[in-house]
Amino acid sequence: MDTLRPAQNYLNEPRGWKSWLFTLDHKRIGIMYLAAILLAFLLGGIFALIVRLELLRPGADLMSADTYNKMFTLHGAIMIFLFIIPSIPAALGNFALPLMIGARDVAFPRLNLASWWVYVAGTIIALYSIFAGAVDTGWTFYTPYSTQTTTAVISMTFAAFVLGFSSIFTGINFIVTVHKLRAPGMTWFKMPLFVWALYATAIIQVLATPVLGITLLLLIFERLFAIGIFDPAMGGDPVLYQHFFWFYSHPAVYIMILPGMGIMSELVATFARKTIFGYRFVAFSSVAIALIGFLVWGHHMFTSGQSEAASMVFSALTFLVGIPSAVKIFNWLTTLYKGQISFETPMLYALWFLCTFTIGGLTGIFLGALVVDVHLHDTYFVVAHFHYVMMGGTVMAFLGGIHYWWPKMFGRMYSEFWGRIAAVLVFVGFNGTFFPQFVMGAQGMPRRYFDYVPEYGTMHAASTVGSWIMTLGFLIMATYLIASFWRGKPAGNNPWGALSLEWTTTSPPPPHNFDSQPVVTHGPHDYDKIIAPSTLAGR
Amino acid sequence: MDTTRSLFLPPQASTVAPDVDALFNFLLWMSVAFFALIMTLTVIFVVKYRRRGAATLTPGLHHNTALEMTWIVIPLILVGIIFVWGFRSFMAQNVVPKDAMEIKVSGQKWFWSFTYPDGLVMIDTLVVPAGKPIRLLMSSQDVIHSFFVPDFRIKRDVLPNRYTIAWFEAPKPGNHNLFCAEYCGKEHSGMIGEVRVLGEREYAQWLETAAFAGEGMAPEEYGAKLYVSKTCVTCHSNDGKAGTGPTFVGRFGKEVALQKGGAVLMDENYIRESILNPQAKVAAGYQPVMPTFQGLLKAHEVDALVAFIKSLNPSTGQ
Ligand code: HEM
Ligand SMILES: [Cu+2]
Repeated sequence: MDTLRPAQNYLNEPRGWKSWLFTLDHKRIGIMYLAAILLAFLLGGIFALIVRLELLRPGADLMSADTYNKMFTLHGAIMIFLFIIPSIPAALGNFALPLMIGARDVAFPRLNLASWWVYVAGTIIALYSIFAGAVDTGWTFYTPYSTQTTTAVISMTFAAFVLGFSSIFTGINFIVTVHKLRAPGMTWFKMPLFVWALYATAIIQVLATPVLGITLLLLIFERLFAIGIFDPAMGGDPVLYQHFFWFYSHPAVYIMILPGMGIMSELVATFARKTIFGYRFVAFSSVAIALIGFLVWGHHMFTSGQSEAASMVFSALTFLVGIPSAVKIFNWLTTLYKGQISFETPMLYALWFLCTFTIGGLTGIFLGALVVDVHLHDTYFVVAHFHYVMMGGTVMAFLGGIHYWWPKMFGRMYSEFWGRIAAVLVFVGFNGTFFPQFVMGAQGMPRRYFDYVPEYGTMHAASTVGSWIMTLGFLIMATYLIASFWRGKPAGNNPWGALSLEWTTTSPPPPHNFDSQPVVTHGPHDYDKIIAPSTLAGR
Repeated sequence: MDTTRSLFLPPQASTVAPDVDALFNFLLWMSVAFFALIMTLTVIFVVKYRRRGAATLTPGLHHNTALEMTWIVIPLILVGIIFVWGFRSFMAQNVVPKDAMEIKVSGQKWFWSFTYPDGLVMIDTLVVPAGKPIRLLMSSQDVIHSFFVPDFRIKRDVLPNRYTIAWFEAPKPGNHNLFCAEYCGKEHSGMIGEVRVLGEREYAQWLETAAFAGEGMAPEEYGAKLYVSKTCVTCHSNDGKAGTGPTFVGRFGKEVALQKGGAVLMDENYIRESILNPQAKVAAGYQPVMPTFQGLLKAHEVDALVAFIKSLNPSTGQ
């Protein structure tokens, strides 16, 4: 049965739990990150379900307002800091990036391991804060509320501060790895687009994260020593915090979405068997987004009382940063043209991305238009918008990526049948959860509300039912993925017939990745010149 | 059925609302068109080019500069139009007409208070005349709040250390929800008020009676009304259950244990002090979160509230 699985691979060589916890192998670190991140997703998801359940009907049903406020804060903080920021780069990126550029490992394996441990430390501090009274500020920690509330703000912001370092470490590692460790023949324009996307992401991680770190430290100092920085009661300026915070957190949304766009390019090219239309544009647009993304933070503050002139500039730049994303959509679409498209589970997620991310992007235009944003800001319209981007974009791509690289990671296939069923449930449930939020938001339903006036009841009920459908999809997914460890068919080296380097080595790869140094002679998506042998039956 | 209400938008009840909605609807239809285009092409490609049999080569089709320029330039022009449109209406929304009547708005955890030019103070209910521009000079007593009236399409943060300004003119009488849109803690979602737009005559009448509210009512009866209208009810129950603050039932004439230690007798003076200077003697087991009502309640209103709280005591049986 196991004939195609190499007897010795990175999973079983060396053995013992210590060999995992102190490994320097990027693949093992990627897998450990994946496990930790999926647990964080589970925890954040449970909080989300509790929030949705409370909102099923108006009035207090399950909990007090205080508890509700902690639930949505923990949901947001966990999903952002513990799940989505590290998700694609630290888990899938760590596993795939060195393989994709034909390297043995990342440039700084020890820093890579440190990054995982720092992540674990940050997570422990975050979990400690949950038990030490939790936090009720929203994941944004806006002052002066966050300087005044009695909840565990200090330890939670400190957790985010620590987690920032794991992100910076990964970023530094990827930048140097891409510059220094590409295989012979792999020029910049022979790099897979996922690598380009991780490279652009790494730049933001290194440049923006320190600003968040400083901001959170200032907040901690203010609380500990009553230094007036943000709280006007002590002589500070509350809006200053918002500027600092969004100076990081807007670029951070590109930390979240760019890697997802990278995965999209890999999936669309592989499953349509076409070279990516406009490769160079897609590559450069990642870098362009990364840079312009630093100049639009003020679009979170149109109602904050910042000057009209500032709002005008931020609005204009916001529209500009939207263009490269729109163009990527057209590029993926055109790549499908005259392709030979197949619909395995990873490709389904790519198609979902095309649909839901487009909605996320289009609704972003509403929010960039000043006068319309005044009405929509801080309503459920915004909640729906960022879920269409982060979940409809990043998470769909992440799920596609997990299903795409799963056979490479573990050498086994999961059940394609159940994979497709779960994919459909996740898609239907996702839209059922979040589309009604556009409607109620535009109708005026504010976000972060424990209770609401009855006229929003129908949309809230619909949204909660949607969340159950989505949950069912995720439960099925968890089941067949875990089952694949025992029951999965051996995957072979290259189940999808893909052309990038990670598919040329065995599945799972040996500890040293490649038996001999790969030499690159063709582009990563040259499906117009080469047909890679697929090991998947019937293909 | 209100014809200005649509699937997405609430009724239009201010002079700027039609302008905002025009842009919203333009964006909506533009988005529907683009979404339909992208999805139609996706479905066509996916059906037409699905893989049949073994893979073969599809040479060419790397890029096409003319096509790529088209899909850069067309969106650029569109967002250019949207930007200018959105910015111009935004500016129009920010210029307050000269003859506007000014009302001072104060946000605090977790209610709104409105001070009229003649000193009248309203809590959580803003009553205004139709057809007259209203300028709101807003500030907060504690954290950031945000003044949001969906039917007017206005929203403006209310900050603790400075004034912010919003204005509106409601052409027709009617009642509209006022929400706090910036998260401000426990009762954030209870920080709901109402904007009541009255015709000119009704407004004049209302002003008359508002000044003499409570006249001819028994004090505890008037107190019961103030208990609701001045929002004591958000934190203090009249059925014995503990809330953010202690209940009012059965407390009068008893000892109250204090947070700092010690105790105090709950008499008329303690009630008065707790309303006007709430942090002075905080009851044990509660957070010092109650705002002061100094300046928000007149002397006879405090009297009425004291009478009301006394009346909630089954034992003294007032
Ligand atoms: C990738 C997954 C997700 C991410 C990154 C994410 C992120 C966020 C963020 C940042 C917020 C704002 C929190 C705040 O207002 O402080 C939020 C709010 C919310 N999320 Fe999620 N979320 C995810 C998945 C989900 C799922 C699966 C559900 C439902 C089943 C959900 C339901 C909600 C709800 C109801 C709110 C509104 C809370 C409020 O009133 O502000 N989310 N989410
Ligand atoms: Cu508020």
